[in-house]
Amino acid sequence: MTPESAPLLQVNDLTKHFPLSGGFFGRSAGVVRAVDSISFEVAAGETLGIVGESGCGKSTTARLLVNLIEPDSGQIILNGKRVGGEMSVRDMRRQMQMVFQDSYASLNPRLTMEDSIAFGPHVNGMPRNKALALAHDLLSRVGLEPRRFAGRYSHELSGGQRQRVNIARALAFSPKIVILDEAVSALDKSVEAQVLNLLADLKSELGLTYVFISHDLNVVRHMSDRVMVMYLGKIAEIGPVDALYSAPAHPYTRALLAAMPSMDPDRRTMEPPLTGDPPNPINPPAGCRFHTRCKFAQDVCGEEQPVLHILPHALHLAACHAHIPHSGHSGLEARA
Amino acid sequence: MSDDLIHAPAQYQAAFQKSPGYWSGVMRRFRRDPVAMIALCVVLALILMAVFAPLVAPADPYRASMLRRLRPIGTEGFPLGTDELGRDMLSRLIYGGRLSLLMGVTPVFIAFLIGSVIGITAGYLGGKVNSVLMRTIDVFFAFPSVLLAIALSGALGAGIFNGLLSLTVVFIPPIARIAESVTTAVRRIEYVEAARASGASSFTIVRVHVLGNVIGPVFVYATGLISVSLILASGLSFLGLGVKPPEPEWGLMLNTLRNAIYVQPWVAALPGLMIFITSISFNLLSDGLRSAMDLKS
Repeated sequence: MTPESAPLLQVNDLTKHFPLSGGFFGRSAGVVRAVDSISFEVAAGETLGIVGESGCGKSTTARLLVNLIEPDSGQIILNGKRVGGEMSVRDMRRQMQMVFQDSYASLNPRLTMEDSIAFGPHVNGMPRNKALALAHDLLSRVGLEPRRFAGRYSHELSGGQRQRVNIARALAFSPKIVILDEAVSALDKSVEAQVLNLLADLKSELGLTYVFISHDLNVVRHMSDRVMVMYLGKIAEIGPVDALYSAPAHPYTRALLAAMPSMDPDRRTMEPPLTGDPPNPINPPAGCRFHTRCKFAQDVCGEEQPVLHILPHALHLAACHAHIPHSGHSGLEARA
Repeated sequence: MSDDLIHAPAQYQAAFQKSPGYWSGVMRRFRRDPVAMIALCVVLALILMAVFAPLVAPADPYRASMLRRLRPIGTEGFPLGTDELGRDMLSRLIYGGRLSLLMGVTPVFIAFLIGSVIGITAGYLGGKVNSVLMRTIDVFFAFPSVLLAIALSGALGAGIFNGLLSLTVVFIPPIARIAESVTTAVRRIEYVEAARASGASSFTIVRVHVLGNVIGPVFVYATGLISVSLILASGLSFLGLGVKPPEPEWGLMLNTLRNAIYVQPWVAALPGLMIFITSISFNLLSDGLRSAMDLKS
């Protein structure tokens, strides 16, 4: 990963607010700020992990990236070309594919596995015979014997096998980036490990770049080069995996890491690191969105929204007043 | 690379495991359901009876005789008795099946085609298209179906074609609504999202991914409507809006025989019995289809 070179994927001020149509004539009764002006970069060949609680905007971000949802504003720049500008959405999708969480819902129950995989290339102009041959090749690449699995239907496969098919389908375009939206979260631990190994192998074989979305901090740590922590549609912290896990800067990241189950009985978590639910994203709190649950919150946190601020270590950014000099916050260690 | 997999030697072709398709599974489960199979046999028997009525019927259904009016069931030469004009009941019931089935099945079939197109379009496109189409459908929904059928037939005038037309209009809204709700649900499933992410056109996605998963439940619902259509058609004839005498049709026969209910109650009830048997057979058939199409069973 060379930070100097232009990033493969660059996201600028990406925003999506979902209107709540309440009134009879579709009057908007407020908006859900699912993703609120986030910016980040993904370098070629790296894996960016995205973590956060349910409803923090992880999946919306993934769907915005592949344009399954139209963003309200913001730019997605792939390979130096703006999607929707110099690059059409159709061209973007050949380079960026997605694997969904629910392996069963991701496959049409009426199609055989070879047809499911061949569908994408076929509708993009590949002759059917070639597309089917490609499907067989991809099946063996993801560890499924084509002779046994090509003619099967999704309900005859196990969850892990289905997710392998979904990965094969995403690879059918030879994409540069694969977005894995909780792709292993629904699998058994043993199967999850196999699929993660498969993903690691595919990455090195095909030179892929991953955006790896998960709520499982252990898995994200294992898979990612850099990690982005999201809270209520905002980026709380983003940085290299080692720096972020060893020296988390944002109180929310600290709470998340403290909530990780420990294998060591002497290091049990005795008090809950974080209490309550995330606030309603329809009316997010003013100022820092985390201040209602933050034990370091001070006056400034309820008044001013913190921006992502570069920490002393390179490439590690956090959006917390405690780390911003002269913000009016006395710092994390003052009260802790 | 793997082109050799497609044009593979014989031993590969033999090893390739092709699973039986979805519909062959449905057929297998359907055949194991005795109630549904009996219902299917009854429906097929009724259809055959109607198609081959001239060969099956023992007498001319139109030949009347004042001398043998309202004979009871079991009269020699008239196994199911005679009606108020002395016509053979058995022959009239057999011939009556032609019009009754025609008026039961045709409107539902046409409404199934039109309603599915409207519902899938509204459901897949969503947004404003959905609002315009479904609110228009809702206008028709505001009328009770019987009233709507009577009003339309009454306005268009009596006759078989007008009866079919008004029944078709009556059945489009419910079918469109079911198709719309199923499509809306299917559209949100991730395989449709994955298909969209592959850059396929809306038409291709609907053809490959939506249609097959929507048409099944809609078809089951439509078969359930056949019995309703049959009863409504009989109702129209009963009111003198559908088929006109002397054509044999079960609803019309029920109407004309109601005056004889005190004289020959069993004979007078026969057309009603036919309507009952037919509609319950279609209902059981659609129930059987429904459970056979459920992958989880």
